[in-house]
Amino acid sequence: MGMRKVAIVGAGITKFVRRAQETGKELSWQASKMALESCDLTLDDIDMVTLGTAPDAFDGVHMKGEYLADGAGGIGKPYMRHFVGGGTGVFSPIHGWFHVASGMADICLVVAEEKMSTCHPHPAGAFLTIFDHTTEQPLMPTLIWIFALEMNRYMQTYGISKADIAQVSVKNKRNAMDHPSAQVAEKITVEDVLNSETLCWPVNRLDISPASDGAAAIVLASERVARRLTDKPVWIDGIGHSIDTAYWATRDLAYPRYVETAARMAYDMAGIKEPDKEIHIAEPYDPFDYKELHHMEGLMLCPRGKAAQLTADGVTARDGNMPICPSGGALGVGNPIAATGLMKIIEIFLQLRGEAGKRQVPGDPRCGLAQAGVDLMQMGTVVVMRS
Amino acid sequence: MKLEDFELGGTHLKSSDFKQGKVLTTEWEPNLKYAWDNGVAIGRYLAELKAGRIIARICHKCDRIMLPPRMFCELCFRPTDEWMYVKDTGVINTFSIAKVNWDASRRGPKEPPLLPAVIEIDGASEGMGIMHMLGEVNPKDLKIGMKVKAVWKKPEDRTGSITDILYFKPVTAKRKTKTKAAPKAGGKR
Amino acid sequence: MIKRVAIVGIGTTGFRPVTPDVSFRELIFEAARKAYTDAGMEPSEIDGFITTAEDFMEGYSIADEYCPDQIGAVLKPTQTIPGDFIQGMATGYMMIMTGAYRTIAIEAHSKASNMKNISELMGFAQDPVYNRPLRETPHAVAGLEMTRYLFESAASSEQCAQVVVKNKMNAMRNPYAAFGAEITEGDVLASEPVSLPLHRLDIAPHADGAVVAVLADEDTANTLCETPIWIEGIGWSTDTPTLEMRDWGEAAYARLSAEMAYRMAGIENPAALIDFAEICDEYSYKELQHMEALKLCMPGEAAYMLESGATSYQGELPINISGGARGVGHLFEASGAHKILELVEQLRGHAGARQIPDVNVGLAQVWRGVPTATGAVAILSNM
Ligand SMILES: [Zn+2]
Repeated sequence: MGMRKVAIVGAGITKFVRRAQETGKELSWQASKMALESCDLTLDDIDMVTLGTAPDAFDGVHMKGEYLADGAGGIGKPYMRHFVGGGTGVFSPIHGWFHVASGMADICLVVAEEKMSTCHPHPAGAFLTIFDHTTEQPLMPTLIWIFALEMNRYMQTYGISKADIAQVSVKNKRNAMDHPSAQVAEKITVEDVLNSETLCWPVNRLDISPASDGAAAIVLASERVARRLTDKPVWIDGIGHSIDTAYWATRDLAYPRYVETAARMAYDMAGIKEPDKEIHIAEPYDPFDYKELHHMEGLMLCPRGKAAQLTADGVTARDGNMPICPSGGALGVGNPIAATGLMKIIEIFLQLRGEAGKRQVPGDPRCGLAQAGVDLMQMGTVVVMRS
Repeated sequence: MKLEDFELGGTHLKSSDFKQGKVLTTEWEPNLKYAWDNGVAIGRYLAELKAGRIIARICHKCDRIMLPPRMFCELCFRPTDEWMYVKDTGVINTFSIAKVNWDASRRGPKEPPLLPAVIEIDGASEGMGIMHMLGEVNPKDLKIGMKVKAVWKKPEDRTGSITDILYFKPVTAKRKTKTKAAPKAGGKR
Repeated sequence: MIKRVAIVGIGTTGFRPVTPDVSFRELIFEAARKAYTDAGMEPSEIDGFITTAEDFMEGYSIADEYCPDQIGAVLKPTQTIPGDFIQGMATGYMMIMTGAYRTIAIEAHSKASNMKNISELMGFAQDPVYNRPLRETPHAVAGLEMTRYLFESAASSEQCAQVVVKNKMNAMRNPYAAFGAEITEGDVLASEPVSLPLHRLDIAPHADGAVVAVLADEDTANTLCETPIWIEGIGWSTDTPTLEMRDWGEAAYARLSAEMAYRMAGIENPAALIDFAEICDEYSYKELQHMEALKLCMPGEAAYMLESGATSYQGELPINISGGARGVGHLFEASGAHKILELVEQLRGHAGARQIPDVNVGLAQVWRGVPTATGAVAILSNM
């Protein structure tokens, strides 16, 4: 295609915690510093910086991309923020890819940050204003409603039970026990999920990822530079992004069309024809357990309505045929929105390099995928990576 | 590289750290106010709600009857063509039984759950739903596909808002026993 | 490899102090429909879309959700850049240069009239621990900077007032502008003191409006239109967000963005090569400070250049022929969009009563406003 190849050459991450002592700037700096050290670079080597971070209402600062600029290493450099709601963290490497693949930069630092604990009394309050200000907000909705409404429709359409879905939470929280950043790793059972507090039926507390503080960063480099910096570059071979209409209540809630269109774009670019065979490992976005299933179907990793069965069969376990969220995902590692997406990218990066430690999946994976998304159940971002 | 080889940042604070004054905090309550222009489509939609009617907009190119109404068709990318009243009845596309308020505070033990739903409105194109509340129904009886009808505020109480419809109730509520009106949303905005 | 990127279509609603007749969706649709018609394309033929927006300016927590419908981007590759339109344009430029997209649409809008306490909003952008508790108004931050700039450059408040006189006069010839007027230097200096040396009339009022532009790669641009407006250079930069640490005299973000754009465009002597410029004058002194940072004159010489008439409508280097932010209104994220619009109209020869004869190269520069030290520069040409 004649496009410049772009590789991930370094990565950094903080722990994901309910309430961090560090400010958002400091978390960004910690992740950025680690990413630079991991590939023996300093900030002077960085041509440009891009930052992904989700609603300003979390950090409690208007134009928070400007506020975070120094922590992200952006001072005196071409520095920009990108923002696609819940899809932001996986869009971060896409925006970085624009910088390097275009030839504008040879080395680009990509940072993702979220400090949700700043928002009081609970970060959930920030979600009231995601709904239409005139036709929906007067009903005083909360974020969980829209997920509960979608989950119910998904269950009904395909005849899936709450117990089928709860397996995802069990799997991811257990996977996270091997992730050093994990906030809510634990060994639980399907019964634990079903018996946890019902928040908005069909959603129980353990169906949901937590609110978190955290940051992550990666370094992207052009092919020439990447080969100089590392023996194990991981290439960004396909990128895709798509957004569906804001009139969310007029859509088919049982199927994430927005993920499918984004995935098709990424697969086309990466030359992938049969995603269920060619993708060895995937990190779809799992803010709620059913969302992992929903997103697997949108990614065409399995037929519609069949993801729960794959989970039950152990196919998506870390040692299964198609490991899904081996990191532990948002459900296990935690969910500082934008940083979660980049955490997923980093997990695929490490897995493809064979450096995931106790989390390493067997079988020498060569091709992996990370996906994030949502907004009002409408945004999809997909990155396909190969070793 | 392995994550395990690095000392990761991110220091977890406990609630007790705040109570014992180990960390200092700065508070700020933003006082932000907005007055969004409704525009043509939503302006008319609200005016019709005040009059006790639901109005949609038609695009002649794709033949969709769209709700909420809009002055342009987002798919054909052209102005829409005409207004059309639709019914105040519909079908439940999906629903939830909510025990938390908008700010994540829990509903009290005596407060009945909130019943948000997506309702496909009769007369609009297939799948054209709006989010609203359900009432006068036992949550246990709720089913996807159930027929519902709007329960309106009294004309003199209407303000030109989506809340001029109090809630939707099942059309064939056979049991007339202890079903209650839709509960009030909680949490202080 | 893609060699060049051009603007092939642009549309706007014009700019007004209030727009109570339309919702933000309806406002943006008008600009988008005009832009696509201007480009001779339907949105279904466009490969990617960018909206520039900040959550708290929209009054939404995830404003990105509301970006697709009114620009025809449903189920298309779409993103939000929380930054100025010119930063969005930089992203669009990079996207096309990757070779993965042939055409990109970029949208920016202002519904400033819907924000009921802009001062509180802008204050909410200050550092929550160091600065906010002092409860300084946003204009006070600009007042601090103006004092330092006047000290370093030896420009005067009177000269800053002349910027306002010039730009509001220019706006009289611009049908898109809402704040054209014939005023005097004395009127500015006699207006209410806000945060001295800033007076009320030194500060741009806000306006509503939307702009959408369509970018295309070289081959597509040449088949689509007779006069593609080429992006010769683009740059963006951020100086420290910490008020206490920045150099208040020079606008470093403007210098760095300009250096990046000049390098890309191969421009060594901008003052000689650039025919006209639209630069940020959200506060009167900013026009002078930015002229120096952009190397359109020597440091400390901007005020003399202004007084000589060189930057006037008929001068050698007309600056803010559109009326700038003082004449058109401050448009938040659409600030850069209105400047790009002016460049395109001038370079196409479509600027009507305010057309500058024989122009080939124009420069647009924008600053994101207090308390930021972020800005962007674009250089466009019709050759
Ligand atoms: Zn249509």
